[in-house]
This record gives sequence, structure tokens and C-alpha cells, in this order.
Amino acid sequence: MGYNWNWGVLLQPVATGEGATYLGWILHGLLLTAALTLAAWLLALLVGTAFGILRAWPSRLCDAIGATYVSLFRNVPLIVQFFIWFFVVPEVLPTAIGDWIKSITPSTQVFVVSVLALGFFTGARICEQVRAGIAALPPGQLQAAQALGFRLPQTFRHILLPQCFRRILPPLTSEFLIISKNSAVASTIGLLELSGQARQLVDFTAQPYESFIVVTLAYIGLNIVILRLMEWIQRRIRLPGMMGA
Amino acid sequence: MIALKNVSKWYEDFQALHDCSVAVEKGEVVIFCGPSGSGKSTLIKLINGLEDFQKGDILFKGKSIRDRDVRLPEWRRRIGMVFQHFELFPHLSVLGNLTIAQQKVLKRDAAEAEHKAMALLDRVGLRAHAGKYPSQLSGGQQQRVAIARSLSMDPEVMLFDEPTSALDPEMISEVLAVMVELAQEGMTMLCVTHEMGFARQVADRVVFMDAGTIVETAGAEAFFSAPQSDRARDFLGRLLL
Repeated sequence: MGYNWNWGVLLQPVATGEGATYLGWILHGLLLTAALTLAAWLLALLVGTAFGILRAWPSRLCDAIGATYVSLFRNVPLIVQFFIWFFVVPEVLPTAIGDWIKSITPSTQVFVVSVLALGFFTGARICEQVRAGIAALPPGQLQAAQALGFRLPQTFRHILLPQCFRRILPPLTSEFLIISKNSAVASTIGLLELSGQARQLVDFTAQPYESFIVVTLAYIGLNIVILRLMEWIQRRIRLPGMMGA
Repeated sequence: MIALKNVSKWYEDFQALHDCSVAVEKGEVVIFCGPSGSGKSTLIKLINGLEDFQKGDILFKGKSIRDRDVRLPEWRRRIGMVFQHFELFPHLSVLGNLTIAQQKVLKRDAAEAEHKAMALLDRVGLRAHAGKYPSQLSGGQQQRVAIARSLSMDPEVMLFDEPTSALDPEMISEVLAVMVELAQEGMTMLCVTHEMGFARQVADRVVFMDAGTIVETAGAEAFFSAPQSDRARDFLGRLLL
């Protein structure tokens, strides 16, 4: 087909002359993707758990607040949410905060916006998993805790949530894997993460096949690491005498 | 110690309890029996506020559960409860099940809670199983742990909601033995059960319920030898034959 394969291009110094190689760009992108994935997943866990608790709380108002969050963040495309966080949010915040945000280094700003967008988007999904995980527990668990004198917050913290998280670890693993791939959307607001670097590489080297093959392998490698990490956590929290989680 | 006064409860349009009144003195063992669906379990759960009711009043040591200054967690802490399906916490070891409420609710330190837990496990004959998880125990063992867990809070009254109905026959006696011992030590007990042999052995009084109504309240001996109501006679007849 007349394509000139040139794997050697990866080790050539970059045309912008900053003392890096093209492979170095990719590794830098991989690092950024890994950092973004981890930060966004932790934020998603935090936000998702908080709203999931609201949804499971025996109060109509709390449930309504949680449900509003979910329908807001689950029904809008991820890329649109990125643009809203990036372009709209700094404008609608009080001027002082907006100006402060615009004064941050662009690369930091883009990274933080990406963490927020991915975190809140995925948080809505985790929220529903937490809600379902709590709802799936036998109702007697709540009653038993209450009968011992636990207050409701203590019941969630010590009795319901530890069981819930063991049950929902498999879907949480999926969310972790999905975030690593959704993080590619961050390239649309200019974050040079893994897929952003791939496109930059094509622009500079005109070797799209090599670029995207390496980037594909990098994503697969990252996902294998995440999977191993989650399997390790799953083994650690497994209870004796019980199957699976 | 515990008094229910004309308690009525509705689930939407369905009236589950009709004007139920019972008074239980300190140290008394009162058995609640009757056909399934008669409201016995519901009645028991009202006493520690696990279910609400619409009419009447419930008193614990003269204080109404409806009082504005009643804090339900504190109220429940003083009333032990044992469930039909044990409801041990599966993510905690046996020892953890017995210490967590002592530490989080009573604010006992770890050593004190553990000491108390081990003493109670000794009492129900399960000291050797302290490190196991609930799923590694038989049903009878789990229920004995649940009783010990309840006792770890130093309750003044114990409620039992069909504590042996989910057990295999050969495990029932080991749980009943623990309950008999508890009764003989003078614990105030309200117990929903179908174990009439046990009832005969330890009950001071029997409350017979049918269709959400207390049909008959009688001394244990009187109830078993000469039940007053037709429905109780009918019930006992079918049970004992």
C-alpha cells in the first residue's frame, strides 16, 4: 500500500528542539493520562459516594438532591461537560474566582478542569452503584445496627458502606477502566495526554500508524495495571468463607 | 418496665394491630405466640422503634417513646434485640461483631470491649470462634453470637423475634439453652416464638395474638393447660398434636 514504515522515528529528537524524543512525548502523555485517570477516579469515588449516600438516606429531600445530580451529569455528553467546565464555569463564578482561574498556568488549568469533568461525570454513575449496593443489602442489617443504638451516620459508615463497597468493587473497577479511556476527551480542550500526544506525533512525523500503534499499546498497558491493582484490592478485602468479593 | 397501651398500627388502609395492651414487669419472661401474620413481630419491633405506630403509647420505665426528648438510638441501646435471621455483620469477625457497637455507641475502649466480648462468647460457648467470620459458623452458632452481641450493650430488656424459626431442628436446642439461662438469670424478656416447649419452661406469661389483636394474656401454666379462647385452644391443639 505504499506506506513507509519507520519505527526509528520514535527515537528521533523532536522537531521543536526541546531535547526530547517522540517516544518521550508519548511517555509524558502516558504519565499525564495515568495521573488524570487516578485523580478523576478518586474524585468520582468521593462525589459518587457522597451523592450515593444521599440517595440511600431515608429522606425524600436527600434522595431528590442525589437524583438531580445524577440526571444532570448522566444525561449530558461527556465532551459537552468538558466544554462547560472549561468555558462556562469560570464565567458564571464570581469575577474574583473566575479571574484567579484564568490566571493559573494553562496546562494546570486544563488538567484540573479535566479532573473535574471526568470526576463528576463518572461520579454520577458511581452514585447509582453505591445506591444500588446499599439497597441490595438485607434490610435487617440496618435494623440490627439501629437496634444496637447506632445513629444513622454511624450505621452507614460502619455497617452499610463497608458491605456495599465489597459488593460493588467489580463495577467500580469498570469505572476505573472507563475513565482511563474517557480521559482522551481531555485532548479536545488542549491537554496533551496520551491521545493528544498521538495526534501531535502524526502532525510532526507523518507516521500515523507507528504513533497510534504505540499509543494503543500504552492504553492497553495502563488498563492492565489498573486491572491488577483492583484485583489486588479485591483479594485484600475478601472475607473468609465467602465467594468472590 | 415495658408497657404498651392501646397500640394500633396501620399499613396504609390495612390495620395490622388493634388496640394492643401489654405490661411487662422487670424480670418477667413473656412469650408472644399465635398464627403467622398475627402481628407478633410487628408488635415487638414497635418497642424499640424499628416500626412506628399511629395510635396508643409505648412506655419504657415510665417514659413514653413519643416524648420529645427521647433519642431513639439511646432508647434502642438499652433494649436488646435478636432477629430471626441473626443479622450478624458479615464483614466483621465474631469478635468485631461484639465489639463494634460497644466502641462506637458506648465509647468503650478496645481492651474493655474485647474483654466483655470474650466473656460473653464464653457464656454462649463460642470463645474458640472469636476470630471467625459469621459465614463460617452454623446457624445456631450465628444466633448465639447475635445474642451475645445484643448482651454486649448491657440491655435492660431483651426482645426476641422468632429467634429459632430460621434454624435447622438440631440447632434449635443450643439457642434455646442460651435463652433459658438468660431467663433464669432474671433478664426481662419478650419473645416471639413457636417453641411451645421452651415457652412452657421459661414463660411467666403468654400473650396469644390473632389477626392483629391480643386475644388472650394468661399465666404460662394456665394458658397451656386451660386456654380461655377458642382460637388459642384451636392454635394449641394444632401445634401440640
